[in-house]
Amino acid sequence: MTPSDRRVDGLRNAIDPPAVELININKRFGSVQANRNVSLSIAPATIHGIVGENGAGKSTLMSILFGFYQANSGEIRVNGKTTRIRTTEEAIRAGIGMVHQHFMLVDSFTVLENVVLGAESGRLLKESLSTARQTLDLLESKYGLEVNVDTLVGDLPVGLQQRVEILKALYREAQILILDEPTGVLTPQESEQLFNILLGLRDRGVTVILITHKLREIMAITDTVTVMRGGEVVAHRTTSQTSEPELAELMVGRKVLLRVEKGISQPGSVVLDVREVETIDQRGVKRLHNVSFNVRSGEIVGIAGVSGNGQSELLEVLAGIRTVTAGRISLNGKPLIDQFNPRDAGQVRGLGVGHVPEDRLRMGLVRSFEAMESSILGIHSDRRFNAMVFMKLDAVLENCRHKMEAFDVRPRNPHLVTVNFSGGNQQKLVLAREMDEKPGLLLVGQPTRGVDIGAIEFIHKEIVAMRDAGRAVLLVSVELEEIMSLADRILVMFDGHIVGEVTASHASEQELGLMMANAATPASAIRS
Amino acid sequence: MSATRYEVPGWIGTVLVPTINICLAFLVSGLIIVVIGEDPWQALDLLISGAFGSQEAVGYTLYYTTNLIFTGLAVAVAFHAGLFNIGAEGQAYIGGLGVALVCLAGDANLPTFIIIPLCMVAAALFGAAWAFLPGYLQATRGSHIVITTIMFNFIASAVMVYLLVNVLIKPGQMAPETRTFAEVAWVPFLHEVLAPVGIKLARSPLNLSLALALLCCVVVWAFVWRTRWGYAIRTVGQNETAAVYAGINPKRCIVLAMTISGGLAGLVAMNEILGVQHRLLIDFVAGYGFTGIAVALMGRNHPFGIVLAALLFGALYQGGAELAFEIPTITRDMVVVIQGLVILFCGALEFMVKPRVESMYRWAHRTGTGS
Amino acid sequence: MGSPNGNGVVMDLEGAFLLFVLVLDSTARVAVPLIFCALAGLFAERSGVIDIGLEGKMLAAAFAAAATAAVTQSSWIGLGAGVVVSIAFAMLHGFACITHRGSQVVSGLAINILVSGLTVTLGIAWFHEGGQTPLLVDDARFPPIEWPGTNVVGGVPIIGPIYKELLSGHNVLVYLAFFVVPLSWWILYRTRFGLRLRAVGENPTAVDTAGISVQWLRYRAMLLCGVLCGLAGTYLSTAHGASFIRDMTAGKGYIALAAMIFGKWRPLPAMLACLLFGFLDSVAARLQGVELPVVGQIPVQFIQALPYVVTVILLAGFIGRAVAPKASGIPYVKER
Repeated sequence: MTPSDRRVDGLRNAIDPPAVELININKRFGSVQANRNVSLSIAPATIHGIVGENGAGKSTLMSILFGFYQANSGEIRVNGKTTRIRTTEEAIRAGIGMVHQHFMLVDSFTVLENVVLGAESGRLLKESLSTARQTLDLLESKYGLEVNVDTLVGDLPVGLQQRVEILKALYREAQILILDEPTGVLTPQESEQLFNILLGLRDRGVTVILITHKLREIMAITDTVTVMRGGEVVAHRTTSQTSEPELAELMVGRKVLLRVEKGISQPGSVVLDVREVETIDQRGVKRLHNVSFNVRSGEIVGIAGVSGNGQSELLEVLAGIRTVTAGRISLNGKPLIDQFNPRDAGQVRGLGVGHVPEDRLRMGLVRSFEAMESSILGIHSDRRFNAMVFMKLDAVLENCRHKMEAFDVRPRNPHLVTVNFSGGNQQKLVLAREMDEKPGLLLVGQPTRGVDIGAIEFIHKEIVAMRDAGRAVLLVSVELEEIMSLADRILVMFDGHIVGEVTASHASEQELGLMMANAATPASAIRS
Repeated sequence: MSATRYEVPGWIGTVLVPTINICLAFLVSGLIIVVIGEDPWQALDLLISGAFGSQEAVGYTLYYTTNLIFTGLAVAVAFHAGLFNIGAEGQAYIGGLGVALVCLAGDANLPTFIIIPLCMVAAALFGAAWAFLPGYLQATRGSHIVITTIMFNFIASAVMVYLLVNVLIKPGQMAPETRTFAEVAWVPFLHEVLAPVGIKLARSPLNLSLALALLCCVVVWAFVWRTRWGYAIRTVGQNETAAVYAGINPKRCIVLAMTISGGLAGLVAMNEILGVQHRLLIDFVAGYGFTGIAVALMGRNHPFGIVLAALLFGALYQGGAELAFEIPTITRDMVVVIQGLVILFCGALEFMVKPRVESMYRWAHRTGTGS
Repeated sequence: MGSPNGNGVVMDLEGAFLLFVLVLDSTARVAVPLIFCALAGLFAERSGVIDIGLEGKMLAAAFAAAATAAVTQSSWIGLGAGVVVSIAFAMLHGFACITHRGSQVVSGLAINILVSGLTVTLGIAWFHEGGQTPLLVDDARFPPIEWPGTNVVGGVPIIGPIYKELLSGHNVLVYLAFFVVPLSWWILYRTRFGLRLRAVGENPTAVDTAGISVQWLRYRAMLLCGVLCGLAGTYLSTAHGASFIRDMTAGKGYIALAAMIFGKWRPLPAMLACLLFGFLDSVAARLQGVELPVVGQIPVQFIQALPYVVTVILLAGFIGRAVAPKASGIPYVKER
């Protein structure tokens, strides 16, 4: 796009009302304020990026625009007119289409059937299908969205499935297209094709809203960009007048750091050694690529990254929950897991590996269990808690009491059902269970997610204490701040790769932010 | 972080809501009795006196209760692993085959203290085997356990009819039944056991199997809540991801739970075949397996609740039989209706009443404390 | 078996052919309720609602139809009553599973048990015949429809018996059953409703984001399910039989469920499975006590159990894979 084009655009934008205007949108989920006084305005026929870290409120905002949730207060204007959007149906009628992060497609349907679903022209399919076929032909040639309409969607590669989602929106005559993290599941080539499509859409008058955390994408194709943090808008920028470092800084922000009191680490021998590990998930997608690193005793290694870039998979592989498809892992110099010698989670734990899972209610606890039962999950077969046949409930109870005391779990009631503890106390229960076993290696995922400030401080201190006791700690967190204040060494993951390593004392947030967004070149990033 | 959670005390979920649901079931049952032109209060009166009015009546009630404890426990154990075992009916039926084979082979030369334990083992083993297959298919092949156990009920029925008609039938007899087993293999009636001690009871089919059923309650309770295997099974049933995290093998737990479940169902044969009929006959299970589902749902899968629920249904069975004498229009089928309604209200509609009662409690609590 | 006389062989062949036609004829009769029910289950499960209560709805309809027909002396009013009662139970299932997100299996089971008791209880109270309804005569039953010219065509070899015994002489519900199969196919694959129905059983979120109500779609599927079970029950008591008899469905609802799975949730294969199971049933009835060459006597029970055994094997994935609609059995909860 030449400068003169931009001027023409600018002129048109001045005449036309904004395609979308959001005014003072507020949205609460319980006590969580997901969006606070969010206002933004998007000119027609432009590509507008919304960037921010996980939990910044981007997806909630777009779900409100698409009618999936309703805002508690605020106003939506589409093409200058105040529009009430209470259901997705009303959003579609207002000309808004959305490509969800998880595709809303029926795998056993053909492309044509998927496109027609919900937008049929009459009670009989024949007519709907033939008109759709013609319209799709037009759309495909107009926007370069080739896809065989008679293929089953389940047989299409992910990139083409996404194309079907875009076609669905266009078929419903969407003039405003929202894409939620569209490149998360795409290969670089597919992403490139997607961008070309989006540029084509814009040139033909479609307004595109792109939600992403990848700065490179923002710089590559957007016209304007809004940065969100903590549910609020922190900045609007014209893309041509900003830069990746500026956006990174805005995204991460200058938060008040909860600096943890900790001395200099004294790393000892290598406890965990990971060599060229790969894993492939059930859908056949490779989630870890050639991952190699080690963790020494007496140090905390932090893994930074935007969630969904392989950190979860890495933790699960190390804990014996997910199978390794290539590479090898050793513990204290002895082989632990490789492709041919899998171990289950119980065996790995038995060898002295503690694991605080990322999602405590999904994996680390059983909602309906009493605290004392949840406090032995994973060590329930241990000799301490079992006689020949029966469990030693006294020991289980005593164990729970002791852990509650040591980790200040409140209320101190071992018989309270797990789900009735607050998030922070649930987390302390998990940490107490895993740390109290004095594992040689502790794997910790999102230790302070959904935890109140007081508990955060406590949990951080305990993790540092583990390190100082000479144990190896691997910390995964999407909170950059947490990684920076706890870790001695920081690895950055992106798309299943480790893209950089930084000594914590040398790390800057901007730099890490760029690496997390894969915007920095690896060569300059590796500094240790 | 988490939304403010008004804590609702446990008794609301474990006592109040089930009670309301049972009341609803009985309310609808009462309406049905009105519809067929009878007096529900009179019916209730007859039902209660029919079930508890005499020693004999109580004996019959407890005899039915015995069967229902076994099947209720069977359904509950599977349920703790997150499995819905509709196959207790067929498992109990096949359990009867185990008993019959042992008796036919050994009742001539084995003493009581050997043959009865042997029968018990056979009943449990045969029932367990019949549940093992659906459990194994669910664990390894993902075959839906509800459908497979339904199918296994029908297959069991076909197998048993074939065996009784063609193989096990007492020669020279029309009815498809085995010969009556020798008395050494009978589980003694309670009135016979207690007579020498000086306690005189009216004759009834109640036999020592009740003691076995109660023992099973204790064993199941201890197994589910007091052993690491029970812990593992409950973890799998509540949260399979957490189970894998904890190093528990869900497949093994599913197979184990189903096997135990089938074994418990098989023990119905102890009461029904060795306790009362003393021979193997067609359809001796007569729906106890299905009623066991109602018993488990009502008893909230806890042995204590199961005993209570089994007692209630035992009383309904017996009282219903008596009721049919007095009011010819109300037969045992009315009990089946009540059973269906209990499953409907306590099981299928469990989320209808619960949230309403809970929010009512919260409302009352808030206005009560004035906050 | 054949006689040494050539003529006798011809006679035997003809006889065997007639026997075969008669077996097919009874196959059709036995298969009718299975077909209705299998299609009923198919609509329910395609929308994501598991329905093991086919048996109960069919039984309820059988009772309602026979009772109403006995009182009104009209088979058609009986049919209406059967369908309405069956729909009522389908709606109860929907109320429990769709509105209140209860367990679909428990709800279906509850309906089966409730109905098996309720029909007999009401039957005894209203007709005093031990749970049966009065024998239906004349207009209270669906009569066989004789096709024109059966006497003329009937004499023609091959075609004759087929025309006279197999095609002609069934009641209207039999023909309806075989008409409903292509109709169901057409609804599922050729209408907007069918497209949405199939989608909601696979991915309800996709349907929801397309602006279509998941609940309302599922209720409509249950409505169809109710109508079809109603036809099945009515057939049993007022067309195939002539009164309601306690537990007269005798597991047919479950066989239909098996046939639906066997037909992989598609109308035409499901019908073929019903016919296969019906054929087995007819053959079993004929083979009782007959000595066959090579295998000897085949136990009837073996043939009776065959549908169930085959279904289990199919579910275990040993012969092809039966994959249920992805969302079936899972109550739909909008995220958050």
